[in-house]
Amino acid sequence: MTEGEFHSQPARRENSPMTDRLSPLHDIHVAAGAAFTDFAGWQMPVRYSSDLAEHAAVRSAAGLFDLSHMGEILVVGPQAAEALDYALAGKLSAIEEGQAKYSLLLNPEGGIIDDLVVYRTGPDRFLVVANASNREVAARELRERASDFDCLVEDESDDIALIALQGPKAEEILRNVDGFDLPGLDDLKYYRAIPCDFRGHNVLVARTGYTGEDGFEFYIAPDAAPALWEAIAETGAGSGLVPAGLAARDTLRLEAGMPLYGHELSTETFPVQAGLGRVVALKTKEGDFVGRAAVEQGPAPDARILVGLRSEGKRAGRAGYPVMLGERVVGEVTSGALSPTLGYPIAMAFVDPGAAESTDLELDVRGSRVAASIVPLPFYKKESAHD
Amino acid sequence: MTEPAADLKYTAEHEWIAVDGDTATIGITAYAADKLGDVVYVDLPKVGASIASGKVVGEIESTKSVGELFAPVDGEVVEANDAVVADPTLVNSDPYGAGWMIKVRFTGLPDGLLSAADYAALTGE
Repeated sequence: MTEGEFHSQPARRENSPMTDRLSPLHDIHVAAGAAFTDFAGWQMPVRYSSDLAEHAAVRSAAGLFDLSHMGEILVVGPQAAEALDYALAGKLSAIEEGQAKYSLLLNPEGGIIDDLVVYRTGPDRFLVVANASNREVAARELRERASDFDCLVEDESDDIALIALQGPKAEEILRNVDGFDLPGLDDLKYYRAIPCDFRGHNVLVARTGYTGEDGFEFYIAPDAAPALWEAIAETGAGSGLVPAGLAARDTLRLEAGMPLYGHELSTETFPVQAGLGRVVALKTKEGDFVGRAAVEQGPAPDARILVGLRSEGKRAGRAGYPVMLGERVVGEVTSGALSPTLGYPIAMAFVDPGAAESTDLELDVRGSRVAASIVPLPFYKKESAHD
Repeated sequence: MTEPAADLKYTAEHEWIAVDGDTATIGITAYAADKLGDVVYVDLPKVGASIASGKVVGEIESTKSVGELFAPVDGEVVEANDAVVADPTLVNSDPYGAGWMIKVRFTGLPDGLLSAADYAALTGE
């Protein structure tokens, strides 16, 4: 048998190359029996026992994720908001302290360098969270773009660990964690964040995530992260909480229709192609920002657009597989899996605009044709939305 | 992880082979199953199909990736495991038992099949 990602051996501390970076929670994952994968130079848990069980736990109860590989970049100073308005696609000056916003770092050609979540943690203070693989480029671009503004850009990634608690039971579990001082939890709405105290350590508690469920993300110092992880894990065990790896995270975000950098997003992709036109504040921002002129002009009329596809049988279309209309290649899959929650194969794909209404699309699954229908994104939506 | 069973032969492509007379039972190793993650789809050759060593004869898909099943021997498929097609989780839960894939009446065994110890050394388990 052969398999694409077979070459990565299980992580072993003693023989890992020096370039492999380990999370502050690594020893906990090893003790929990995790299998590891290389992700942007980090050895991160891909699964603990079963990725399907971990996926199901997040949909029905809760899952605990280590996301310490993510990049955290601090932008601080009297003109931090103005700097971000210029550097990013969104109007970050419009968010209040305690609020978060999904945004994009564009290149001058209108392509996407990275997608980000920005938290306003003070009047003059923003935390920009970047994908692990884009941490350096995001920090560099932010620093360059902010150079004419009165603010500082600091890459704090090495000093911040990130843990996510996701699932319908996340709030109940969080309320029961011993040692957490959470005065603002009652008012903590989706895409809001509050500073809290966990056993004497500062932690930013955010109601954000990447799973399509209610949940929280915790930004905390690396040396305090193991205690927080273990406290949440112990508290939640009786409620069905399990540690969950990157494999489950990927199928969860796919069902939730959330793009992943390197799959749905690239420096060649305009936001509008990926369904992210709303993220670009063309109307509400009066000033210039990087990528503005290109985005105003828009992509070529025949530029492909992102769609959701549902297909027959059990064989999923996967990244790189052609989307066919008769004998014509009219698109390409960017992410796909047999949906664990829905039971049928789902995929996101870029297709020619002319094919985006077609009812006769097929996927070329390693030489076999599989009928596929365009369906609205997300594929999965949780039952009751948290406001 | 389950250790490679001592009485089986192995390939570097992570198949195991149990030889009984002129019939070989073939499956994938626990190491391979573990690397794939939860198997959600298995496609096997039909009974009566003739297979040639080194050629792709089946597919094993997990949520995360696709593995190909290579024929480790030349011969004719005499049985395919319908149970593992119906319930692919058997590949993970019992790779050397109920998760077997096909039985082949073989005309020859290739050189260079690995012992359990060799296979364990290969995978570093």
